[in-house]
Amino acid sequence: MKRARSPFSFVRKLDGLPIALVLVTLYAAFAITAPNVFTGYRIYMSFLQTVPPMLVLALGLTFVITAGEIDLSFSAVVAFSGFVFAWFFKSFDTPWAVWVGILLALSSGALVGYINGLLVARIGVPSIMATLAAQFFWSGLTVLLAGGLSWNIKGIQDNIVHTIFTGRLFGVVPVQAFWALGLAIFLWFVLNRHRFGEAIMFLGDNPNVARVVGIDVEKTKIQLFTMNGVIAGFSALLLTIEMNTFWTTQGRGYLLLALAAVFIGGTSIAGGEGSIAGTFFGAYIIGSLEAGVVATGIGGYWTALVSGLVMGASVVLNILIGEGRFARLSKRLQSWGLATRSKTTARSPSQDDRGLR
Amino acid sequence: MLDARDENAALRMVRIEKYFGLVSALRRIDITVGRNEIVGLIGDNGAGKSTLVKILSGVFPPTSGELYIVGRKVNFRNYNVKQAHAHGVETVYQDKSLGEKQDLWRNFFVGRQITYPFGFINVRKEKEIAEEIMHKTIGFRGEGITVDSKVSKLSGGERQGVAIGRAMHFEAELIVLDEPTVALSLKEVGKVLEFVHKVKQSGKACIYISHDIQDVYEIADRFVVMDRGEIVARILKKDISLKALGEFMLDYAHGRKDLETI
Repeated sequence: MKRARSPFSFVRKLDGLPIALVLVTLYAAFAITAPNVFTGYRIYMSFLQTVPPMLVLALGLTFVITAGEIDLSFSAVVAFSGFVFAWFFKSFDTPWAVWVGILLALSSGALVGYINGLLVARIGVPSIMATLAAQFFWSGLTVLLAGGLSWNIKGIQDNIVHTIFTGRLFGVVPVQAFWALGLAIFLWFVLNRHRFGEAIMFLGDNPNVARVVGIDVEKTKIQLFTMNGVIAGFSALLLTIEMNTFWTTQGRGYLLLALAAVFIGGTSIAGGEGSIAGTFFGAYIIGSLEAGVVATGIGGYWTALVSGLVMGASVVLNILIGEGRFARLSKRLQSWGLATRSKTTARSPSQDDRGLR
Repeated sequence: MLDARDENAALRMVRIEKYFGLVSALRRIDITVGRNEIVGLIGDNGAGKSTLVKILSGVFPPTSGELYIVGRKVNFRNYNVKQAHAHGVETVYQDKSLGEKQDLWRNFFVGRQITYPFGFINVRKEKEIAEEIMHKTIGFRGEGITVDSKVSKLSGGERQGVAIGRAMHFEAELIVLDEPTVALSLKEVGKVLEFVHKVKQSGKACIYISHDIQDVYEIADRFVVMDRGEIVARILKKDISLKALGEFMLDYAHGRKDLETI
């Protein structure tokens, strides 16, 4: 059984390459339609400021979706953890309090995630339901605790924490972009080069297989949701410190955007496969669309429509490349052009599936 | 037949019983498998074969009974899949041994990765060993399948080959094959049986579970027949022909036999 190598096979080898090409194409298109804006550096600096909180959320979500689960509660964590941080910072206005606040914000994210994990793994609540309930509960609790108000924490600007997390390198480059990039690289290694990531992939692939190869399925799920809670807490910090404000609905707009970033990045809703690099570029695509469309001058009303179009096109591209239809097409071209080539006996998927039963 | 008290036996199950609530799934199961022996475990659906496999491979413990692997008594309190691996029990399932969307090399080592400190996987080393298993142990002839291939690209027989090769690499004392040929074409079945022969040549013990009598007859040294949670017959291959075994099983399927042993 010979399996011919296609000229397109390298496209699949490099993690996230197709979606990176979409991002480059998109920026090129914007550079043509809105040269004033997209040939300068300022717009990109602005993306590096606005995208990271959503990107961080999408990175965590990539793990959840790879595991064949879903988490809809992370946007509530952005509000809840943000509140915890702002509350602690305001209540204890001392230099060290801010660090405790950071720790508490991450811990409250962990708590939300841990409870999600218990509900899903121990009690067996479907994750979409458990985390949807959590989303309402924790954002509701945040509104109650905050008394429905936004909290101004301007004092944070004079704190070293502001420089560390959201300062400007050389006065222009937002530091949170490096945090997000660093986290992406770290999580790439966790997913692709660590026991935990491998457990996540097998879990999403087939929980029965995961169980019989010795993966503790329940424990892994609890760790997964807890980790996603912590990551959402980190996103809350980046957002709250950058904005110098906590508001009760913060993060709400990220729910669908982060999901979209994960899916256009090539992570499959079916689970078992996830692309951190894809999510990284996907988040920048999603985060650049609105500004790009507006700058193009066709009007703000077009934003949603173009966003939908780009998302749809990205997903279609990923599926075509992932399933190797490009490869099959190029093979067919070869067989038409080069009759001397020995016939390849590519098996159809249905035959491959025999082994499944 | 092997003496049930043989201390050197690869596997000894003594009076294993399993209840799910009040429902009895296994009763009075005594099975001994000697080294270098392939025992065919046969029986119709619902005979309790799969329950037995799950107990052996550490998925759940029995309600009562004892299990010895190469003379070592298994403590069921902390017996799980990892412990089963540590004891040298490897299981090959009909369909859930491998993660379909994962690379081959990952499938060889999942659950017991070769790692650097902090649990990061030594990919290069895992790939090297996986390559060696594929070519030396299983004898894949490197046509288009590499350690980087996804399992979904493999045929059913090749998949079972990978699972069996993995079991052999980890120096299993006992390899449990749970219906490894279900839903395979004849040619693929032949490949799987070839792999099982290799297991025997390497001096390991096997329990081969199937309800396809033809496969079992070809490969096993003796047969243990189960019906409704009990062992109803133990037959040496030299004492029975394939045809007679088939008729014997049919009688059970039609309920014509009572629970007498021969």
